[in-house]
Order: sequence, then C-alpha cells, then structure tokens
Amino acid sequence: MTQVSENILLKSGTLADGSVKDVLIADGVIHSVGDSLNPGDARIVSAEGHIVLSGLVDLHTHVREPGREDSETVLSGSQAGVKGGYVALSAMANTSPVADTAGVVEQVYRLGKEAGLLDVFPIGAVTQGIEGKVLAEIGAMADSLARVRVFSDDGNCVSDPLVMRRALEYVKKFNGVIAQHAQEPALTVGSQMNEGIVSATLGLKGWPAVAEEAIIARDVLLAEHVGARLHICHLTTAGGVEIIRWAKARGISVTAEVTPHHLLLTDELARSYDPIFKVNPPLRTERDVMALRQGLADGTIDIVATDHAPHPGESKECEWQEAAFGMLGLEHALSIVSQTMVETGLLDWAGVQDRMSTAPAKIAGYSEHGRELAVGAPAHLTVINPKAPYRVDRDSLASKSRNTPFHGMEFTAQVVATLFHGRIVFGKDRFL
Amino acid sequence: MNTVLSAQDISRALSRIAHEICEGNNGAKSITLLGIPTRGAHLAFRLAALIESIEGSAVQVGTLDTTLFRDDLRLKAPRALMPTRIPSLGIEGRNVVLVDDVLFSGRTIRAALDALGDIGRPSRVQLATLVDRGHRELPIRADFVGKNIPTSLSQNVKVNLVEIDGIDEVTIAEKVSA
Amino acid sequence: MKHLLSIADISRLDAIKILDTAEELAKVSDTPMKKLPTLRGRTIVNLFAEDSTRTRISFETAAKRLSADVINFSSKGSSLSKGESLKDTAQTLQAMGADAVIIRHGASGAPARLADCQWMSGAVINAGDGTHEHPSQALLDAFTIRRHLGQGREDLTGLRVGIVGDVLHSRVARSNVLLLTKLGAHVTLIAPPTLLPVGVESWPVSVSYDFDSVLESLDVVMMLRVQLERMQELFFPNAREYSRYFGLNSARLQTLHPDAIVMHPGPMNRGLEITADSADSARSVILEQVSNGVSVRMAILYLLLAGDTSIEAGN
Repeated sequence: MTQVSENILLKSGTLADGSVKDVLIADGVIHSVGDSLNPGDARIVSAEGHIVLSGLVDLHTHVREPGREDSETVLSGSQAGVKGGYVALSAMANTSPVADTAGVVEQVYRLGKEAGLLDVFPIGAVTQGIEGKVLAEIGAMADSLARVRVFSDDGNCVSDPLVMRRALEYVKKFNGVIAQHAQEPALTVGSQMNEGIVSATLGLKGWPAVAEEAIIARDVLLAEHVGARLHICHLTTAGGVEIIRWAKARGISVTAEVTPHHLLLTDELARSYDPIFKVNPPLRTERDVMALRQGLADGTIDIVATDHAPHPGESKECEWQEAAFGMLGLEHALSIVSQTMVETGLLDWAGVQDRMSTAPAKIAGYSEHGRELAVGAPAHLTVINPKAPYRVDRDSLASKSRNTPFHGMEFTAQVVATLFHGRIVFGKDRFL
Repeated sequence: MNTVLSAQDISRALSRIAHEICEGNNGAKSITLLGIPTRGAHLAFRLAALIESIEGSAVQVGTLDTTLFRDDLRLKAPRALMPTRIPSLGIEGRNVVLVDDVLFSGRTIRAALDALGDIGRPSRVQLATLVDRGHRELPIRADFVGKNIPTSLSQNVKVNLVEIDGIDEVTIAEKVSA
Repeated sequence: MKHLLSIADISRLDAIKILDTAEELAKVSDTPMKKLPTLRGRTIVNLFAEDSTRTRISFETAAKRLSADVINFSSKGSSLSKGESLKDTAQTLQAMGADAVIIRHGASGAPARLADCQWMSGAVINAGDGTHEHPSQALLDAFTIRRHLGQGREDLTGLRVGIVGDVLHSRVARSNVLLLTKLGAHVTLIAPPTLLPVGVESWPVSVSYDFDSVLESLDVVMMLRVQLERMQELFFPNAREYSRYFGLNSARLQTLHPDAIVMHPGPMNRGLEITADSADSARSVILEQVSNGVSVRMAILYLLLAGDTSIEAGN
C-alpha cells in the first residue's frame, strides 16, 4: 500500500462500458482515459483482464465507534472497506453515544480523516437517542464539518408517523434524505427470524414481512404528501419491491437499498440454529431473494448497501435468542454481487458501477464520488479480477470481528486493488 | 465349513438332555427352564415339550435376556433388548435351568446369573447347552451338554434352528478376516 | 443416533425400537431390585436452565435405575442463573467428564448448539427447548397410546389423535405431530386461529377451529397447557371464552367414543383447558403418562449411552 500519491498508468483494464482502455492517474486525479496512453513518469500497472470501476460507495455501514470499539473502529472498518473495494463509507448513527449532535458526527468524521484510507461520511440520527420521539439537532449536524445529509435511526424504526412526517419535511431545507429502517415495533416484539414455514418448525418467534411492508407503504405515501425524498434501508421482501415499484411509477421520490446477504441467503439457514445467520431485518425466503435480484436488475432497487454489522465473538457463540443481530459485509459485497447478479446475467458491470458507486453517491450527495472515471475527478477506483476464485476464511478478515455468514463459501470475483485519491490503499498481487 | 451336528444329532442330544434334567432334579415339578434369547429360548421350549412328554405334566418355561447385564456393551453398537418372560411360579426357591445354544467364554452365563439375582433367589441354578466349544474366560461350567466340540479361536460355531434358520444344523467355519 | 435433539432426526424404525426397548425396561420396576448395572460408571448431567420438577425427576430416576451417576445442575442457585453463558457451562461439563447432558432450556435450539459446537463431546438429550421440541414427552405419549390402543401393532397406524390448545407455543405439540405422523397416526390440531403458527399449512395434519365437530372421531384427545399470560398478549380475550370453546369438560367427555383416552403432558391448569372431573375420569391416562416417562427415558439413555453409537447397529 502506498501512502504517498504517485502517478499510475493502469493499462488495458476493462471499463464499466466494456471498452478496454488505459487510465492515467496523476496528482490524485484522473488525468486521461484512452488508448495507448503515454505514461510519462507514471508507474505502469497492467490491468489486463481486470474490471476497472469508479470506487464503491457504501450507504450503510456500522463502524461501532464511539462505544463498541471492541467489535470495530473507524480505522478497522476503513481497512475492511478498502479490502472490499470501497472508497466511501456511511457511518450509521446507532453508536454509543448516539450520533445525534454535531459533536459526535464531527468526531467520527475526524477519525475517518485520521485513518486516511477512504471517506467516512457520518449519518446523523433522525431522533434524539434514536428513541423515535423527538427530532435530533438535524440542522446542526448538516452544518457541521461532517456536512451530514443522510439521516437514519437505523437499528430502530421511526415508527411514529407524525415524527416521520416532520423529519421528512425538515430535511427538505438542505435537500437531505431520511433513510428508514422499516420495522413496525408492535408486530416484531421479541422476533428472531422471518415468520414462515421455517420459524414454525424451529419454534423461533417470527418477524413477518408485513411489519416491513406496512411501514414502507406508509412512508412512501408520506413522502409523496409532503414532497420529500425517502430512502428505504435494507429491503428484504418481494412485497416491498412491489411497493417501491408502484411508488416510483407514481413519481414518488423514493430510493431503496438491498444488502449482499439478502441477495444470497435464505431463512433455511436458521435450521442449524447458528446465530451467525441472525440479522435484522431477517433472511427471508427464496421467492424474496429472487424478487430482490430482479428489483436490483431493473433499477427498482437503486443500490447495494452492506449493512456491515460487526459483533464480538461472545455475541454469536450462544443460543439464538441471546445472540446479537447482524453480519459483516464490506469485504465480500462485490464478490456476492458478482455471483448473484453478474454471473447470472441479471446485471452487467456498468450496472454494478451504477448500483455500487454512482447511485449511492448521488442519493447521499457525495459529489466527489461515483463520477465514473471522469477526467479531472478524484482518482477513486476499484479494480476487480472477475476470475480469481477464493474461499472465505473468517480468520483472515481485516475487520476486528469474525461474524461473517460466508465463512467457507467460494466466490469467483475478487477486488484486487482500491485507489483513493490516486493512492493504492488496498492492493493484492501485482497491485502491491 | 463343516457340519458337526446334523438334525438327527441335535434331536438325540436334546432328548438325552431332557432325560438328564429330569433325572438330576427328581422330576419336572421344581424345574423352571429359562432360555437365553434368541436360540437358547427356542431350545428351552423344545426341552420343555420333551420333558412334558417324559413326565406327563406341563413344565415351567420362559426366557431371560442378558443384554442389560453384559460387560461388553461399550464395545459394540447399541443392542436391541430381547424379551424376558418369567413363568407363573417365578424363580424364588425354584431349580432354574438356564438354556443356551453355545457355551464359549462364559460371559453370557455370568450376565444371566446377575440378571437372575435381580429378579429373585432360586434354590439352585444349572446350565444346559447344546454345544460346549471350550475357551472359558470365567470359572463357569455346564451341567448338561449336547456335544463337546473342541474349536480354535479362529473358528466360528453356528447353531441353526428350524424356528429361525429353516434347518437344524451346527456348523463350524473359519472366520473371514474383515 | 448420538444425540436426541428432535423427533425429526429419528427414523420410524428407531422410534419403534425406543418404544419396544421401553416395554422391556418397564418390567424392571416390577422386580425387587428395580436397578440394572447397565450404565454403571457413566456420568449424566441434568442441565435444567428452566424449572421443571417432573421431567427432571423422571430423567433422574431413569438414570439411577440404570446405575448411572447423576449430577443436577438446575437454574436456581447455579452459575447459569448468574449469567454464565451456555458455552462456559458446556466447557465446564466437558471438563467434568459428563457422558451425557440432559438439557432443558428456554431458548429453542440450545440443545442443538450444545451438540454442534465443539464445546463438549458427550451425548445431548433435549428435555425441552423453548417452543421447539420435547422429544421424550412425545415418545412417552406414543408409548402410552400404543399400550392402550395399539392392539399389538408395532406402530399407531389408523389412530386418530386430536391435539388441543396452544399449538403455537407448544414444544410438546411439535414433537407429537412429528412422531405421531411418523408412526402412522392421523393428527388434527384444534385451536383458535391465533394459537396456530403461520406455516401450519405445510404440516402433515388437519386443522380445526371447532373442537365439538371433531370430538366423536378421535381415539386420543391430547390437551395442551394454556398459559394465562397469553391473554395479555392478545391471543384470546379471556379464560372464559377459551374454556368455552376449547376446554375439555364433562359434556365433551361424554361425546368421546367409549375407548377414547384423554392425555395431558402436565402440569395442568384445572379449570382452564381441562376440568377436574375430566382430568380424573376413567379415560384419563395422565398419571400413566408420568410413570411411562421413566421407562421411556430409560430406553433413551440405554440406546444412547450403553453401546458405541459410532458403530452402525448390525446384529
């Protein structure tokens, strides 16, 4: 990994549109993109057979600092991020203390800068303490150094419809967006996994799809009524996809995200009672997984967001009911999207660049990101080897935690280099 | 594989044993025959019929499963239990005659004695076996023997009975190494 | 069969083997000694994180009749109640050399976690986990039914069993549905719609919301315990309405055909799901279920611990 910016010529990589081009990076920005570029004094690195995309942007990351540094810090989260090809993370607000003031978001912002591996954009809480009752100091957070534009109580649902309405209206002032974790609390008290055939057999309390869909339906109508933007976090059900599709057809300004694990895994995995598969919202059925893939393919779902949720060992080495909800995701997101969407023919690499870089940057207003290798843009790039099979090993992760449900699984595509402002912040093989 | 006892040999041996049991117990009134499943049980029922035709009255007969008292349970897969059926007069104060098909190490009979001890206190216990193949590992001996057959440890003795195997026959064969 | 975690893991033949073994072992209690040397030297731990006197004593009696050493580790006053994790408890038991752990726990899947994770190497016997399963209860229920109505058959083919009550929260119901259908019985679940799980349509059972309409056709009525707390959780309006529609009272008792039997896993809420006279009637085999429990549990312990379960049975 280089710490000092150097000039690099990436030769013969395949860009998102399928063309094979050279990319010359100088002084941290994209200098030129073309055929047979003159390298000058730049280091030449062959990207032949590799895919070169604008750097991945995650809109949903839990970095656990401040408060739970035993499971992840901004630094270790950044290290995990660049290993997964990310150049920007969005730190969710459910830390301890909650990020509901300018002070906390600025702290997280500064920690990201100190780590220096990628951009850490703090997300601000919608309500004080994410308790869902009283609005947090949204304006102060927006004005702070962190310039927060995305607000979320993720972990909790903003379930009071009046509070949600006010929040949607309030952020219009600076074109912010409320990102809702859709979960009707009254229908999910003590819920452990998706409510269905598997939960009935296992004797685990169900988390019904309707608890998610009812909130989505309500919020898209609220967003329409007050003319505000709405973003739905971690969509997991076929019904939810249909509601979003309907809302967009009506011209409602709603966007939605899906996690890599919901594109791949189903509730059948709970049969082992291994809480590595316990997550909120829960893994759903095969039918839901297929609908989510289709929704991501046709753009009903705008982006992939990881919901990377680190937890220490003791939170998962216990009986299901005692275990924490959450899975790691940063380091394998790209591999999973490749397997479930590209290798199945549902999405091409241009689509992947859109769903994992351009669209997330646009929703959150990260103007320096997702610019698709435009000349003059900061050189934030992700280099992928689409044919480098590997097996996931939970003991060789960059994250401080080990709770990956993908341990032992094999994937074909791999991130081999991540460039941030033209520096190789993560590199394997020839990219070291 | 050699046949060491034919159907006729078995029939004669059982007939002789039946007479010996009656002789050694002053008739059939005090006897309770208990066969050790599977084949010992069938032999016990045959002996009971033979004794009945000798003495002219019914004989107490039943079965005694020794599985729960074996000393080698841990070494093999879990064994299904066979039935234990003690006849109407019980064993308290009775002359019990245990009946088995082959007497070998003696451990089965040791287990049978323990099983009996849990049920009650017989007046005495005797052992009738169709075949004694030697190689005792415990100080146990039979009172009534059909045939003494010296064998080596590399051999298997198989008693076939019509009730189970379709034919009355005792054979010896070399063990096939696994 | 190394563990007994769920009826789903037992084949029909294994289940019949357990019942047949229990028949033989039932005779032990008729002998003066009441004790067998079969599991001498084995250490069996009762790990009861949830209170239960009846099941624990039943397993303890079964273990002692087979001469095993029994150690009781119950929730009150043990490190479990002080927040020791399941993992630490398991590793402690391993260090103590437990050959088997009989575990009752409030969390569905806790026995499966013990069996799967390499925290301990003994056999794990599920004595009731959350709302998931209670395999030994289903086995003693099947044993009881077979004795009364089996007519010499090895299984329960053709018998009609009704399971009445809070199916949603009942591990006894889940285990019984699996076992009774495996043994050829026909099962009808009778409950208000709120107390049936979403997904019950995929179970191999009939469902009825109307107790009276199915009564005459049943050979066995198995009443489940209903907890009064469920009223607070809005599963039914009040106790009166529940008893009126789903309680077993004298009138319903008369409607049963003459050979039908009444069962209950205990403990009973006399007056809620079952009236006192129904519980004490001649058709009730509730007390027999308790005594059969010891024989069935002896059979389970024998089959799991006496032999070397890594060898496939082939005699």
